[in-house]
Amino acid sequence: MRCCITFTVNDQTQTVETFPMKRLLDVLREDLQLTGTKEGCGEGECGACSVIMDGLLVNSCLVPILHASGSSVRTIEGIAPPGGLHPVQRAFAACGGAQCGICTPGMILAAIHLLERTPHPTRGQIREALSGNLCRCTGYQKIIDSVEQASSHLS
Amino acid sequence: MESRVVGQPVQRKEAMAKVCGAARYVDDLQPPGVIHGATIRSAIPRGKILDIVFEPGVPWNDFVVVTSADIPGRNIVSLIHDDQPCLASQIVNHPHEPILLIAHPDEDLLRRARKLVRVQYEPLPAVFDIDSSLKQETIVWGSDNVFKRYLMAKGDVDSVWTEAAFLVEGEYSTGAQEHVYIEPNGMLATANDREGVTVWGSLQCPYYVHNALMALFGFPAEKIRVIQQETGGAFGGKEEYPSIIAAHAALLAWKSGRPVKLVYDREEDMAATTKRHPSRTRHRTAVSREGRLLAMDIEFTLDGGAYSTLSSVVLSRGTIHAPGPYRCPNVRVRSAAVATNAPPHGAFRGFGAPQSLFALELHIDKIARAVGLAPDEFRRRNFLETGDSTATGQIITQPLDLAALQERALEAAGYRAKLLQFQSDNPRSQLKKGLGFATFMHGAGFTGSGERHLQSVVELQTTADGGVRIFCSMTEMGQGTNTILTQIAAETLGLPYEKVTICQPDTALVPNSGPTVASRTSMIVGMLIERAARELKEKLRSSAGPFRVRTQYREPPGVHWDDETYRGDAYGAYSWAAYVAEVTVDIATGEVQVDRFTAVQEVGRVLNPVLASGQIEGGIVQALGFALLEKIIWRDGSMVNNQMTNYIIPTAMDVPPIQVLFEEIPYEHGAMGAKGIGELPMDGPAPAIVNAIENALGISLDSIPVTPEVILDRLRDHVRELETSPV
Ligand code: FES
Ligand code: FES
Repeated sequence: MRCCITFTVNDQTQTVETFPMKRLLDVLREDLQLTGTKEGCGEGECGACSVIMDGLLVNSCLVPILHASGSSVRTIEGIAPPGGLHPVQRAFAACGGAQCGICTPGMILAAIHLLERTPHPTRGQIREALSGNLCRCTGYQKIIDSVEQASSHLS
Repeated sequence: MESRVVGQPVQRKEAMAKVCGAARYVDDLQPPGVIHGATIRSAIPRGKILDIVFEPGVPWNDFVVVTSADIPGRNIVSLIHDDQPCLASQIVNHPHEPILLIAHPDEDLLRRARKLVRVQYEPLPAVFDIDSSLKQETIVWGSDNVFKRYLMAKGDVDSVWTEAAFLVEGEYSTGAQEHVYIEPNGMLATANDREGVTVWGSLQCPYYVHNALMALFGFPAEKIRVIQQETGGAFGGKEEYPSIIAAHAALLAWKSGRPVKLVYDREEDMAATTKRHPSRTRHRTAVSREGRLLAMDIEFTLDGGAYSTLSSVVLSRGTIHAPGPYRCPNVRVRSAAVATNAPPHGAFRGFGAPQSLFALELHIDKIARAVGLAPDEFRRRNFLETGDSTATGQIITQPLDLAALQERALEAAGYRAKLLQFQSDNPRSQLKKGLGFATFMHGAGFTGSGERHLQSVVELQTTADGGVRIFCSMTEMGQGTNTILTQIAAETLGLPYEKVTICQPDTALVPNSGPTVASRTSMIVGMLIERAARELKEKLRSSAGPFRVRTQYREPPGVHWDDETYRGDAYGAYSWAAYVAEVTVDIATGEVQVDRFTAVQEVGRVLNPVLASGQIEGGIVQALGFALLEKIIWRDGSMVNNQMTNYIIPTAMDVPPIQVLFEEIPYEHGAMGAKGIGELPMDGPAPAIVNAIENALGISLDSIPVTPEVILDRLRDHVRELETSPV
């Protein structure tokens, strides 16, 4: 049975007609063509599908769209004004924080989520905050450098 | 000459697209009318297919179904030998072997349908490990279960056993390893009579896929087109297997007349696609009283899985690397890749070398203990130097000072002072600290005559805006191809980095520059780009163009290799390294934490310091997983922990601070002085870490992964030995 779900994505109100158990990840990617959010495992382990929902970092592969009803979701496409870059994006590009790039959108959202709460984290806090996001390319060191650099650019 | 672009940390070419989520991976493509494909796979390790039943429950008439009977050309996955079918027709030889394909627009319905296809089998006996394969009681491949054997010999090992002061023996093994690129495998295909076959996908080697599709469809080259999408990690795992997925997607597209997307989910990807070859290595070594190697007798065996695929080539590299960076007058390596009824094992960063070097570097520590020398001193007495000959008889002509490399690594790691400190602290603590290291090398480019056979080509073309565009088949999968090749061209042409662009690999547009494997991109293909750029620059002196120039591989002078005797110049150049690991082991839980890691390497000239250290750090962490965490649980040839929840790779919490240091000695035949880099960091960390654990606990280990259970077991054995041994 299909139903209508209304929620906010990157500050825009969206209404989709879909199955209530369809994953938020698929609604973003298929219904809204926001393909920046990636799928690495579909079981809540890799964090490639991370988005920020009502201020919480969630794995969008584990969220049925029904639960997103009325919520406000931020994805990689909405973290910076059009044509601009978020300081975290700039830092990832400058420090080598993205290699193959598949973990990058989720990783950047996890980093933003951390920095919004803890603007000047220690490296240990960064490691902990990113431990739900797997990266197989970088060995994490340059990702941690990126978050540190972004943090130093935040006042 | 001062360089403006090469050697600088210029930003990755596709960095902006990646940090904005705009890079297009195959699953991001959604062409109109696309339908989804699924693969029905063997549920048993080996047997005859008796019947295929489509049980009721879905409207089967709405499905596209493809069996081997639908293949227009040959039912093979064309690679080296033609033993692997694209779809099994009568016999299955491993679990998860593809048997038939189905497609439908509705993914949910497709998922349900998949469970309603029942294949009936008559099981046949199967083998699951190296030992039972070698026993040859059950033959599952060819006449003897052996895909390939090599004998690599120098001097006469048998002449020295009696005169040696020390004989040291050991047996070591490594487990399979899953690549866990974060983007699972996937392909999108269209196919029809008029235009032929086009596939877009996550892949390393466009021309491997091209070649496989030509054989499968019986089409001429121009009717097959392969396009690489942004690729979310590969590590060898997208070297040969994508040919199969492309073939399947293309067959479904051919039969349905619609675009077909075939994207694996994580469970299917882990269970069905390739993994690193499990290995077993036996060493017997003769050493003189002064601690010099007299003879190394090595037996190296790989489990290749059910079909030959790339096993002979993986075996070759593992064989050549087995004696390591040491001087020894008498060496014999006898190696074999054998068949088992597991999905074929395949290419994985390091390609056989991590396996044989793991064994060697543990064994070297063991020898040092037997001889009574410190592990660094024993190595120092035996390192290859400039002018020495390797086990294949290759003379080292490049400047090489491994003792200095080792010393620099030990110093940077604070090795000697810490060793003493740990020795005095450990007895008082449940947390035991230890240090270990490994010294090793990795040959860059294809082995032996491989590059000569490939005859790789690249092209450069001037563009209307005064820039230059690179055309080659080298793929970007995160390792930095786009950036490095652009840097080389820009530097040589004297153009700004931004003025040089690189064409997305598309077999309709780019020449065959060989596969993106074997740490060959910077050194070999980069050199072709450099030569092409020089030629283009010459032309541009007299006229503004437009020009398109083309260069082809030329073997450096004086390179000789004999495939029959396995003698000669195995690689154009080796990269060299010394890695040090510092660990803490909790003897109550068996938990190992790597506290610090120091990596010193000589990879020729570093073309981009951020990318280069990124390769090293990433490789080290992947190897840390190989050493400590990544354990595949097999049941009857099938991986049963095929999920990220129970196959554990390192997280940001598991990895230590890594210090990466380069020794830069330009290599004259590599692009701008570069040698290979991508695979080297996969070779050394596992033995360094395991040597460190041995150092911390005073026990000996011989296989990886070293999980907490292994440590606790060994500690119990150790206590028992101490209790029962006469005082
Ligand atoms: S895809 Fe959601 S956590 Fe991996
Ligand atoms: S950059 Fe490839 S997985 Fe993180």
